[in-house]
Amino acid sequence: MKILLIDDSKTMRNIQKSVLKQLGYTEIEEACDGQDALSKIGAFNPDLCLVDWNMPVMDGLTFVTTFRQTNKTTPLIMVTTEAEKSRVIEAIKAGVNNYVVKPFTPDLLSERITETLAKCAVGS
Amino acid sequence: MDANMITPFVNAIQNVFSTMFQLPVEIGEPRLKTNRKATHDVSGIIGVSGVMVGTIVLSMPLEAAGSIVTLFTGEEYEADSDDFADAVGELVNMISGNAKAEFQRKGVSISCPSVVIGADHTIALQSGVPCVLIPCSTDCGEVVLEVALREAEVEVSTSAAA
Repeated sequence: MKILLIDDSKTMRNIQKSVLKQLGYTEIEEACDGQDALSKIGAFNPDLCLVDWNMPVMDGLTFVTTFRQTNKTTPLIMVTTEAEKSRVIEAIKAGVNNYVVKPFTPDLLSERITETLAKCAVGS
Repeated sequence: MDANMITPFVNAIQNVFSTMFQLPVEIGEPRLKTNRKATHDVSGIIGVSGVMVGTIVLSMPLEAAGSIVTLFTGEEYEADSDDFADAVGELVNMISGNAKAEFQRKGVSISCPSVVIGADHTIALQSGVPCVLIPCSTDCGEVVLEVALREAEVEVSTSAAA
């Protein structure tokens, strides 16, 4: 299971990495914004992406919209401080499969990752 | 400034600190800030734009900031390191984003965070925007959340706020 973490905060990537390692996922690549993610995603070919919304250079929503033009199936989870209902709907319309609002507990993130992978496995 | 603008920040700092590293926050009496001098040596700063404009600052003494960053990250970083600034920035980012979700008015955007570290720095806020200082007491020390916000004079399209 290969996972791409897209967040401009190294702190947040480290926290997410720690949760993923506890879940047994160790093949992890990191990107610091949407553009960086697009440049790495072809070679890394992830099975799941966790993507922040507010980032410099290219934000998460632009990344999701761009990525979904060529890839409809790889599960994407938005992990963001953007908590308004309208933003959640906007992200889902753009193509994310699940949504986690910061701050989150490790348990919540684990639950959403497991849930998303299960749903996407059933749907594929 | 309307109390409705302050309550979301009180809730947000308590939520972020308790959820991310189980640190209870006791809130003191909010008061107006009357000078531009940073309250403490470490400032995490977020700009606000859209239907509301202004600045949010998480101001912490160096020692308290060090303890909080260690709780948050599980690592001990030097105050002049990129990792320390990144953690402080992420804290103010989460507090601001969490508070924004509680605003009655939608169409507010927040910037990526900036962090300033150093004794006696000043933060030039937008003129004409009152700044409310919210004292917060924690087991790591006293920190302050500074909220300088007002409604924008010109209505902007909410779709441009992402």
